[in-house]
Amino acid sequence: MEQKKETLLEIHDLSISFRMYHQGLEQKELQVISDLYLTIYPGEIVAVAGSSGSGKSLLASAILGLLPGNATVHGHLHYQGQELTPERQRRLRGREIALVPQSVAYLDPLMKIGPQTDGHEKSRSPERRRQLFARFGLPEETEGLYPFQLSGGMARRVLVSTALLTDARLVIADEPTPGMSLDQALEALGMFREMADEGRAVILITHDIDLAFEFADRVAVFYGGTTVETAPASDFKKGPEALRHPYSKALWSALPQNGFHPIPGFQPYPGDLPEGCLFAPRCPLKTAECTAAVPPVQEIRGGEVRCYHGT
Amino acid sequence: MGLEAKNLSFRYSKKQPWILKDCNVTVERGQRLAIFAPSGYGKTTLSMLLAGYLEPVEGQVLLDGKPLPGKGICPVQMILQHPERAVNPRWRLRRVLEESGTLKEEMLRDFGIERAWLDRFPRELSGGELQRFCVARALMSGGEYLICDEISTMLDVITQAQIWQVVLDEAKKRNMGLIAVTHNYYLAERIATGILDLTAENVD
Amino acid sequence: MRLGNRRKKLILLTVVMALIFIAIYAFGILIPEEEIAGSFLEARRPPSPSHPFGTDALGRDLLLRTFKGLSVSLTVGFAASAVSAVIAILVGIGAAAGARWVDGVMNWVIDLVMGVPHTILIILISFSAGRGLKGLLIGIAATHWCSLARLIRGEVLQLQSQPYIAVSRKLGKSSGWILVHHLLPHLLPQFFVGLILMLPHAILHEASISFLGFGLPPEQPAIGIILSESMGYLSAGLWWPALLPGLTLVLLVLLVDNLGEQLQKLLDPSSAQE
Repeated sequence: MEQKKETLLEIHDLSISFRMYHQGLEQKELQVISDLYLTIYPGEIVAVAGSSGSGKSLLASAILGLLPGNATVHGHLHYQGQELTPERQRRLRGREIALVPQSVAYLDPLMKIGPQTDGHEKSRSPERRRQLFARFGLPEETEGLYPFQLSGGMARRVLVSTALLTDARLVIADEPTPGMSLDQALEALGMFREMADEGRAVILITHDIDLAFEFADRVAVFYGGTTVETAPASDFKKGPEALRHPYSKALWSALPQNGFHPIPGFQPYPGDLPEGCLFAPRCPLKTAECTAAVPPVQEIRGGEVRCYHGT
Repeated sequence: MGLEAKNLSFRYSKKQPWILKDCNVTVERGQRLAIFAPSGYGKTTLSMLLAGYLEPVEGQVLLDGKPLPGKGICPVQMILQHPERAVNPRWRLRRVLEESGTLKEEMLRDFGIERAWLDRFPRELSGGELQRFCVARALMSGGEYLICDEISTMLDVITQAQIWQVVLDEAKKRNMGLIAVTHNYYLAERIATGILDLTAENVD
Repeated sequence: MRLGNRRKKLILLTVVMALIFIAIYAFGILIPEEEIAGSFLEARRPPSPSHPFGTDALGRDLLLRTFKGLSVSLTVGFAASAVSAVIAILVGIGAAAGARWVDGVMNWVIDLVMGVPHTILIILISFSAGRGLKGLLIGIAATHWCSLARLIRGEVLQLQSQPYIAVSRKLGKSSGWILVHHLLPHLLPQFFVGLILMLPHAILHEASISFLGFGLPPEQPAIGIILSESMGYLSAGLWWPALLPGLTLVLLVLLVDNLGEQLQKLLDPSSAQE
């Protein structure tokens, strides 16, 4: 790849654990993210795919420094080449790094939509907001409404607009599309694409992976709290032969348009993770070495994969 | 005959606009109908009307020509989009299942439920695993019709395929009528014998 | 294992509280009246090893009187809070689950009771209920349920909109079944936290009403009576009859309040795991 330019965000060996009450009085550390890596370059959309509980949303919270008090973070988080410390996260979030939250509950229930999207910084002219709302098919009255008066899909579009209106260099969109119609989802993703083409970057956390493949540059596949593969999005359009990790292939084949074939089994739980490769218990290619140690990350055909049998 | 919705209209109060206006849907036992509708159409409202969770303001829902029973176990059961809200967070999952009847061990295998999950609390399971319990609970009640409101929207594609395999197998085995509301056209094509595209009809 | 996480602290606190309660009750029951009677030879002694809290103008040991008084205060406080919490849960459920007009009436009553200052209301109610211990109990019980009732009403309204309640109904369950199996288990923790947080209020109200002379009669060894008597001696330089029993009361109330807060944090999902 020609991406020798400077990274915008670099994450490697990230682990997150939570201190939880186990039984009665004993507290125990629950590892939810382990050895996760992800690199974002300016000008690209990176889609993050994987089942719920694979650590997608936690990643967003970790980047923004929004984890709850009982979480412990280890590993390296670098933004524009410098370490992302808690003070820096506080300074950057909402300005340099914006979040499109997953839940509509993130809107301030006591504030009208208009002022809320304009933000509490120096007041922006409402012109751009109105244009954006129009593109999303939000009627003009929307700005005078309170969040409880919006439908789920409308609120979702407002949340996306809020992030698009900032001058953030990095937007983290946590499931921005559910509740939107196909047209609206395409519009929203198209706007993310425009942002990226201006040199900004987007992390797109999503279940709608078939849509994500169309708009993203690269796709990172998470499983059980770790990155199993990062690959150019075009590989996901080509089909399972172009993919490297057996889990990515399984994801592809489970799409309704590609066969609808589920693999059996379940993602392991934090606190009950298998030895070695996290996917091994469900993997058709499993061998003895898979259960012995966590496979290292290797580069194959312009993508990275954490698998002994990656192809 | 079958499950019939006639000229359904719904709004929460007279001051508010119609969420749903003059909607007609029919499904018979053994049929699987996918309802494909845009955002803001009121898909969830329609599902809730069909399953009797809401009363229509105008029109009616008929089961074999008669209104839905108000008391007792409803023959039309619904599975919701967010399984974590459809189970009591303070109950272990064994109790969640037993709310709808006696637990039979052989059923667990059919629904893809691990025995160890029965003694856990809902927050200890993932959305996909909880959704299996919701499917099992709805089917254990012996319902004849099943309304699925975006039941796999919040799930990853592998879990989505797993869940639908269970639902479709059971629906075929029991000759149930099924209505699946979804925004995913490919999914609608996969699971249904017929597709009702509400985009074509105009609201207001 | 890190020592002293919240659950451990809570258990420790509960044990300490229980011991203190038992000690106070034991004192109250086991100490015979004669022990407290005292003698004029010992009157107005400042705190000393034989009388840690000193003695009052009649030569009675203040430590013994304080504990005797606290045992009465605790009994009154606990009984009144328990009755009040039960009223709260009944009113709360009734308002949320009943017809709309029931809700309206209940809310009106809550506003009314909360609108009048508690001290005045308790005095009025205990007067009309025949004063003394009984009047005071009724007065405190009748005034402390409002905020908990409101809390429970909100909780029930929120629970009833939960989809799993609707699912339960479609599975053929009756309203009574849902109340017992779905709603009440959710409300019990609220009930107990509310009860414990009510306790210090009730104790303080009992003490202040007795202090003002409207509560327990002067022959009762209540803490409010001790404090009220001591006011007369403050100007004569007798600081200990006011300070030490007062401080003990404040400590006890803070302890109970802290227990309630710890419990509340533990039951709140957003801070439960810390």
